[in-house]
Amino acid sequence: MTDKVTVRVQRYRPEEDAAPWEQSFEVPYSEDLSILDALNQIKDQQDPTLSHRWSCRMAICGSCGVMVNNEPRLACKTFLRDYRDRGPVQVRALDNFPIERDLVSDISGLVEHLETVQPWLIRARESPVGEGAYLQTPEQMQRYAAFGQCINCGLCYAACPQFGRDPAFLGPGALALAQRYNLDSRDEGAAQRMQWLNADVGVWSCTFVGYCSEVCPKDVDPAAAINRGKVASDLNYAVNLFNILRGKDNA
Amino acid sequence: MNFQQADMVIVGGGGAGLRAAIAAAEANPRLDILLLSKVYPMRSHTVAAEGGCAGVIQPHDSFDAHFDDTVSGGDWLCDQDVVDYFVRHATEENLRLEHWGCPWSRKPDGSINVRAFGGMKIERTWFAADKSGFHILHTLFQTSLKYPSIRRCDEYFCTDLLVEDGACAGIQAIDMRNGSHTVIAASAVILATGGAARVYRYNTNGGIVTGDGMALAYRQGVPLRDMEFVQYHPTGLPGSGILITEAARGEGGVLTNRDGYRYLQDYGLGPETPLGEPRNKYMELGPRDRLSQAFWHEAQAGRALATRRGEAVNLDLRHLGEARINERLPFIRELARTYVNVDAVYEPIPVRPTAHYTMGGIQTDRHTATALPGLFAAGECASVGLHGANRLGSNSLAELGVFGRVAGEQAAARAGQGPVLDPQRLLAQAEDNAARLDALRESSGSESLAAIRDAMARAMEEGAGIFRLPGQLQQTCTAIAELKERYRKLGLVDRSRAFNTEWLNAIELGYLLDVAEAMAHAALARQESRGSHQRPEDFPRRDDAQFLKHSLVYRAADVPRLDWQDVVITRSQPAERHYGDAGQQEAKP
Repeated sequence: MTDKVTVRVQRYRPEEDAAPWEQSFEVPYSEDLSILDALNQIKDQQDPTLSHRWSCRMAICGSCGVMVNNEPRLACKTFLRDYRDRGPVQVRALDNFPIERDLVSDISGLVEHLETVQPWLIRARESPVGEGAYLQTPEQMQRYAAFGQCINCGLCYAACPQFGRDPAFLGPGALALAQRYNLDSRDEGAAQRMQWLNADVGVWSCTFVGYCSEVCPKDVDPAAAINRGKVASDLNYAVNLFNILRGKDNA
Repeated sequence: MNFQQADMVIVGGGGAGLRAAIAAAEANPRLDILLLSKVYPMRSHTVAAEGGCAGVIQPHDSFDAHFDDTVSGGDWLCDQDVVDYFVRHATEENLRLEHWGCPWSRKPDGSINVRAFGGMKIERTWFAADKSGFHILHTLFQTSLKYPSIRRCDEYFCTDLLVEDGACAGIQAIDMRNGSHTVIAASAVILATGGAARVYRYNTNGGIVTGDGMALAYRQGVPLRDMEFVQYHPTGLPGSGILITEAARGEGGVLTNRDGYRYLQDYGLGPETPLGEPRNKYMELGPRDRLSQAFWHEAQAGRALATRRGEAVNLDLRHLGEARINERLPFIRELARTYVNVDAVYEPIPVRPTAHYTMGGIQTDRHTATALPGLFAAGECASVGLHGANRLGSNSLAELGVFGRVAGEQAAARAGQGPVLDPQRLLAQAEDNAARLDALRESSGSESLAAIRDAMARAMEEGAGIFRLPGQLQQTCTAIAELKERYRKLGLVDRSRAFNTEWLNAIELGYLLDVAEAMAHAALARQESRGSHQRPEDFPRRDDAQFLKHSLVYRAADVPRLDWQDVVITRSQPAERHYGDAGQQEAKP
């Protein structure tokens, strides 16, 4: 007989359920079995009404973020072999986001935050393509490389107590994305983005728990990005203060 | 029924769709551009492309050389006017991406670096480590946010093209969040929905890659072209099919069989190149069709490794050393560790061919226009005539930029001047479609969605895979027809509307079956062997006299109708394809 594992899956169908509930499934176990494989097995063979997002199954599209035993994880990069000795595995929608259906979270807030920080290359003058590439040495690239690895999966938002308290907080992903551009030697938009870093919903809202960096599946280290943002914001404050004082001196 | 109007609609938010949106916004900032996708744009499968993006940049390289590699790589089934346009515009698109922030890997002096790729005589593959598609997609998505005229419908699932008076008049979609139907009227529509390799069991593609746009166009009488040409990538992980980039070989990785022997030298790709000295168009840097076929022969001869995830050969990167692997192939190291528990620094990665890319697609002219006025197509869902019978690695990411831009500009030009649309007529059409879709959602037949999908994927692999054997190919055609019949008796369980993925998967399965049908019938009709389409038993040779032609598949009541279209040949006459030493000796055509 095949080995089985028990997976307890959160269910919520807005048309019929007043609140989320939990359903247990037995899934045939194999060493390669990921949480995503288990969910697909359930959907194909046991209960087609289960809804979850997924696509690439190689941890790059960012679709399949869920809570596994209370921890934010990519379903495709999390394996039953690491849980089977600890009893049933519990899978539910990402914390801190509204639930649309079953394991599907409403991530529109996260996407809006990403859009807010002006995540594109800003330059006073854009050179024509005919002039060739902007130069950037591997060392210069290294300064923002990690912050550019974010797949927008939302795990860091599910981990962030501040985002849980205040959904207006731009959050680890968006602030890391702002820093990805601020630290790019080709970019001249840091001053423009400072309004967002400095805002009530920006870096200063972060209480530096650091859990965001722990759960990141791509080693983006958003906590470090936010910390650098705080330094930049401080510096910005100091420069502004200096200018104000100098202005007064000149007056 | 919801109703919206836009100047133009783009279906699909991957590389081609985003590039098209930006091009249209720049061409005419007053246009209302709607980008609609069944996933958030950054989930699109462009994200999974690894190796890189072609474009001539080295002083000793030339457009002619890129042209020759592409045309011979495609076994002379490429439209040469299209290839010419492509090679002349690929580099500027790569530079544009750079100006938008794409972190292309650099040389120490800060200039663009390029790497070797299969079938390319000179290094011209731009890369961002081994996450090129990821960086291109995120750069395009983030850049698209700059343009206020681009608005998005994320997680809207396109179900129909709307056609009035012989022209495309918009689309219909399901808002996935609540299952409601929406009409979007527009006089210009671009399909940029990607490929269809999910018709095969083992494939490198994400679950969303289900041929939606191809089927939508096919159902409106637009022909699908060259559908028999499906690329098997030679190096996917056994079991899952997850992609291990060709860049692993471009950087010097080698393929060995169970005896540790570099078997490619036995398949016209040798002589063996020294370890750590990869040579363009030799051995592991041969084209994908040849490498996948060589694996098949090795497996037949019992020289593949038996792993618990199935037959495989070894991709050995160990001689590259940890530092280079971490610099150039960090994602490959991560994937192998995660999915087959192998650290590429210390052990070879087991790999096998897996379905990867559809060379064919919606027939378009070189300006991305389809046979249906107002409908354009770009990227993998389209057949613009670039790839012929076998695509060279890194040409498809470049295609997204070059032809995504063309599609955006063409659609923008039409958007200003299209016919005035009558909402009432569109709504009437859409109500009929909605009734059909809602009936599917409530279908109570005896057939299971997963069973039909899996049977289709097995049938395609058996009869329309790397080698197409006569009995099996015929059987696949029959099997697909039977599965389409069974699909009519589908039974679904989920009656709800909110994010009902069973319903959406059922619609996708309908798309997949249409695409599978077109592929199998085109494969049956092409009685020759060319590029990725190999019929070693009944038609083992290329037959230019009869088949130097594109296949066209038209949807018909019972069996699809086949037709043929001449290939555009401007300056490269068909010749034998040679790689390795044999390629060196051939006279340049």
